[in-house]
Amino acid sequence: MSEKLVSVSELKIHFPIHAGLLRRRVGEVKAVDGLSFDVYRGETLGLVGESGCGKSTTGRAVLRLYDPTEGSVTFEDTDIADLSDGDMRRMRPRMQMIFQDPQACLNPRMTVGAIIGEPLMEHTSMGAKERQERVRELLDQVGLNPDFVNRYPHEFSGGQRQRIGIARALALDPDFIVCDEPIAALDVSIQAQVVNLLEDLQAERGLTYLFISHDLSMVRHIASRVAVMYLGKIMELAPVADLYADPLHPYTKALLSAVPVADPDVEATRQRTILTGDVPSPANPPQGCVFCTRCPLAQSKKAAGEDVEKCFTAPPDWRSIGSDRFVACHFAEEAK
Amino acid sequence: MTEVKAKGQKPSGPVGAKRRVVTREQILTVFPEQTLGVHRSFAGDVWAQFKSHKGAVFGAAVFLTIVFLVFFGPMIWTIDPTFVDIRSRNQGASFAHPLGTDQLGRDLLARVLSGGRVSLAVGLTAMALSLLFGSTIGVIAGYFRRMDGPLMRFTDLFLALPLLPLLLVIVMLFREKLSGVLGPEGGIFILMVSAIGLTSWMQTARIVRGDVLALKEREFVLAAKSIGTPSRRIITRHVLPNVLSPIMVSATLGIATAIITESALSFLGLGFPPDFPTWGRLLFDAIDYTRDYPGRVIWPGLAISLTVLSVNYIGDGLRDALDPRLRGR
Repeated sequence: MSEKLVSVSELKIHFPIHAGLLRRRVGEVKAVDGLSFDVYRGETLGLVGESGCGKSTTGRAVLRLYDPTEGSVTFEDTDIADLSDGDMRRMRPRMQMIFQDPQACLNPRMTVGAIIGEPLMEHTSMGAKERQERVRELLDQVGLNPDFVNRYPHEFSGGQRQRIGIARALALDPDFIVCDEPIAALDVSIQAQVVNLLEDLQAERGLTYLFISHDLSMVRHIASRVAVMYLGKIMELAPVADLYADPLHPYTKALLSAVPVADPDVEATRQRTILTGDVPSPANPPQGCVFCTRCPLAQSKKAAGEDVEKCFTAPPDWRSIGSDRFVACHFAEEAK
Repeated sequence: MTEVKAKGQKPSGPVGAKRRVVTREQILTVFPEQTLGVHRSFAGDVWAQFKSHKGAVFGAAVFLTIVFLVFFGPMIWTIDPTFVDIRSRNQGASFAHPLGTDQLGRDLLARVLSGGRVSLAVGLTAMALSLLFGSTIGVIAGYFRRMDGPLMRFTDLFLALPLLPLLLVIVMLFREKLSGVLGPEGGIFILMVSAIGLTSWMQTARIVRGDVLALKEREFVLAAKSIGTPSRRIITRHVLPNVLSPIMVSATLGIATAIITESALSFLGLGFPPDFPTWGRLLFDAIDYTRDYPGRVIWPGLAISLTVLSVNYIGDGLRDALDPRLRGR
């Protein structure tokens, strides 16, 4: 496999909760609680999970938009988790982000030219004319008419706005792009266009993506490896074919069983694993495995009289199974 | 229904009967969206939108007329506003005194005209000053979480202060010194403007802070951070342009407040000298005579109202014109 571009180890992001008259710190929301994964150069790592499991927080922390509570994020050979602001600023052109809401991520008072030109203005010494040229070039690359430079974001459709966001992310020729649910706010026909654009750009420029999404079928299409998150932790990380064909973690199984199939015959007989209960609060996660309160495997084993005590008391190790699969489940070896 | 309509319309000619030459301008009037390649300048866009706001254009015309009258009027109507002619006091309108005279026989037109200079200058400058304070404090408090507490408590402190006594103290303390340095009128002007500015920024600060708090959580600010834009440029490039609307509203309201505060101070004898006319001064002087000579209250009052109203409309139009989402509607 190719070299590591980004390496995250034991990343934790806790947001403090203040309450009471004196705004004392009474606890913390463990949005991300001990993540370790690598992103290899040129690949697309999909990050999936349900709402509120910490996907976006992870994406933002990887770009140091949040300061990690603990752990390190290594970009090439630099640990960016405790870089000074000035040094971090110099790293920024290498890593960019594409946002979920194409409406909210563009300043409504700036023209498209100014929006895409902003990174150029901040990090290059281009003159106004040169910058204009580059902006037109970028618009052309993402499939927009270069004559749109003087228009404002509200004059575009959702898909076009997302293209503007992509053009802005590409302006500085980054190596690594975090795509924070870039297609969630678009309708299906536009989703395909944007995903194809992302794939074309990856092929042309050798980009590396961290593709955050809750759309499992889209992730299957675009990603080379997939990480499944639940309540601030990664449950399973595997190459896309292995994960979809043979999920090891009970949560992954449940998640995949929820994906509808576009075939009425299959759909009618499809076995769904329906999870009971709610996601526990990330301010007060379960003692052992974070999934233990809803785990169908633990429940069935308990019903069969097997010993599942460790699920409720000890968090499972994050360990590799086979050459390139990682799972955090006490019974992962059995599932294999 | 459709038939009637079809009859009402002109029958279209046979195909190809007459070729019409369509110019680019005509296309643009029918399809205003087809502005591809047409260079659109920011100022041009703003002006085009401002022009389409009838109230704003009317307000601008009225305001410019007032400014013109006030600054060039005294050159045309050359009667000295402080000239006392006790024999012709309390006169009604006449050719010699179109708005009549006051209880000391001073010409009211000349007083309204020259009074406007001071009132407008005080109103505009004090407004600008309070806007500067208010938006700076509001933006800093809203954007930097650490500054929020101290700055907002400071704002609360000013809101809780009884302003009139505070103004009195300020004027008492500094009037002599400033007059000594800058001359009696210049000194008092500076004093009035800064006193009014310093005591009227709090509303703006509160409103701006609230808007900035909401704005800094928007994704485009996060996008700017991910690009590596430093905070000061995020503020000037992304935050300030988006809080323009509330700032504009406080500005237009601020002018009115400043003019009124100035007159209150003058009335208390702490502003400009008693014989020095300002609109507020004229109003207060005339209050005792309202029943007998209502014109004396009406004219300066009308001048203040018209100024405030026209500035309000200008602000309204400008706010719409500066918002790209409202432009072109």
